[in-house]
Amino acid sequence: MNIVVCVKHVPDAQADRGFNESDNTVDRAGVDGLLSELDEYAVEEALKLAEASGGEVTVVTIGPDQAADAVKKALQMGADKGVHVNDEAIHGSDAPATSLILAEAIKKATDGNPELVITGMASTDGTMGVVPAMLAERLGLPQVTYASELTLGDGKVTIRRDNDANTETIEASLPALVSVTDQINEPRYPSFKGIMAAKKKPVESWTLADLGIDAGQVGLANAWTKVVEIAKRPPREQGEIVKDEGDGGTKLAEFLAARKFL
Amino acid sequence: MTYSASMAVQRLFPTDEGHDLLDLTREVVAKELRPKVDAAEAAAALGEEFPTDIFRILGRAGLLSLPHPEEFGGGGQPYEVYLQVVEEIASAWMSVAVGVSVHSLTAFPVTTFGSPAQREALLPGMLSGHQLGAYGLSEPLAGSDVAAMTTRATRDGAGDDGAGDDGATDDPAYRIRGRKAWISHAGHADYYTTFARTSDARGRGISCFIVPGDAPGLSFGAPEKKMGLHCDTVREVIYEDVPVDAARRIGDEGQGMPIALAALDAGRLGIAAAATGLAQSALDVAVAYAKEREQFGRAIASNQGLAFLIADLEAAVLGARAAYLFAARLKDAGRPYGKEAAVAKLLATDAAMRVTTDAIQVLGGAGYTQDFPVERYFREAKVTQIFEGTNQIQRLVISRHALG
Repeated sequence: MNIVVCVKHVPDAQADRGFNESDNTVDRAGVDGLLSELDEYAVEEALKLAEASGGEVTVVTIGPDQAADAVKKALQMGADKGVHVNDEAIHGSDAPATSLILAEAIKKATDGNPELVITGMASTDGTMGVVPAMLAERLGLPQVTYASELTLGDGKVTIRRDNDANTETIEASLPALVSVTDQINEPRYPSFKGIMAAKKKPVESWTLADLGIDAGQVGLANAWTKVVEIAKRPPREQGEIVKDEGDGGTKLAEFLAARKFL
Repeated sequence: MTYSASMAVQRLFPTDEGHDLLDLTREVVAKELRPKVDAAEAAAALGEEFPTDIFRILGRAGLLSLPHPEEFGGGGQPYEVYLQVVEEIASAWMSVAVGVSVHSLTAFPVTTFGSPAQREALLPGMLSGHQLGAYGLSEPLAGSDVAAMTTRATRDGAGDDGAGDDGATDDPAYRIRGRKAWISHAGHADYYTTFARTSDARGRGISCFIVPGDAPGLSFGAPEKKMGLHCDTVREVIYEDVPVDAARRIGDEGQGMPIALAALDAGRLGIAAAATGLAQSALDVAVAYAKEREQFGRAIASNQGLAFLIADLEAAVLGARAAYLFAARLKDAGRPYGKEAAVAKLLATDAAMRVTTDAIQVLGGAGYTQDFPVERYFREAKVTQIFEGTNQIQRLVISRHALG
């Protein structure tokens, strides 16, 4: 079985993340990046499936030069090969454009026949979580999203989706696209041997032209949405200190009631 | 404020893999070690708790066997790389870094003095990342004076005489009887690299054995109640006629002392690196605190008296790092490095003691409480001046080299 995992290189959430002043896009150059942690679950799940029932895991990413690190990390974890779509015209692309590029890259990487596509539930920077659904639509695949458990059966995939009040078991015919949550597994760390092996694994680097996509279909200028303004989160203000003069409990209750916590 | 969460030490590596290894190490440290160290050390201070799961994670990631040969499952990395990984681990969790160094030490006799058959038989397990070793050298009455050891390995009749060294389990050829003290990982180790007397010829009468952790007759004392480094469980190891195959004797009879001393040269570098990481962490906390803490209307760091103290600590940490890296480069180049290893151990562990002491001073009363990690660093630093050869023994080694 060929399994494709979509991964994203995101700014490190531990770092001081920011935006480019010129066009309000995420600053991807000024901050250290890494493989989106939510995508590690997708990579892990693909590796487990491939280890259990054979198959080849291909990781696909879109992004500037440093996004190659996300592919490298997935290869170090154990994926077999990588695809990196890198083109200046992609800068500022929105979710529909991203899903278009991913779809074409996946088709090209699998000769048009992906058997299973796995994604994370969202990126840790944009956190929109819509790309999996859009990508499934573009590929004409059934989408089973937010999987916290995944089982492969005879020509089908079964997932468990945990909702607030219930649990759903959903089945889809293969080929299919599955997005996985951070509950599905415990992603492995690369091993030193994995790091060494990754150096020899093939990584394709493609441009929009390689995928037959016109630059006019993607990029900031063609995005359906626009970031108009950005403001830093205001610094946390000092809390209110209640002095207990015998009525501390009452005051605390009033404070909570005023904010509708009680 | 979070303290010492981002250790941005500049590092140079002789290989590209070094940088990848550093990334891997920092990730494991950030996700597995830093979040767990405080609770684990506090719990281990009250009752025994050993971070087995942490060693499993490090083992799976390949970080437990970096300096050993690739053909037997090791990482094949030069000491210059391996030691910097140890330092990074120590910056988060000293007990674990010491454990990594000790484990490395336990395999050293086999990699360096074992026969081809012994390496074939023993190393794949030892270097698999699934096993942890202990190093049985010291005894209650034989600390710095190693040659005073009384633990004895007696030939046990007509067993395997070691001929052929086929690594197979034969009739026991030796029975070991005695008592080892201050043994890290005792009770948790999968094997015990044990030094025992095979004749009465003091330093020339000692031999080296690899004793399986489940050998009959092996038992352990109660965990020592120590002032720090609580997750580095230390106990006595008691050998009551423990049977050992001749195939598990490393080197010739009587070769144990040179093997132990060679292993300690390498082990000292591990301790020097770990002490450097510990000192770095204390310095990081002191710097962060000095910049934030205000007295008399300004950050205390703006007082030159304190700024110069920080400068001295920086110099101590960088000096320690330079010393162990130079010794490592000599070792990697195949040159003698015993003197430089002793110097590195002396400088780095004294630096750790000084930096952790002064870091508490920078934090004042806060530094003396368990709300900040520097009091723990201070307690952990003390033992580095004692184990793997006291710093008085290091001076003995250095002076003998210097004076010939």
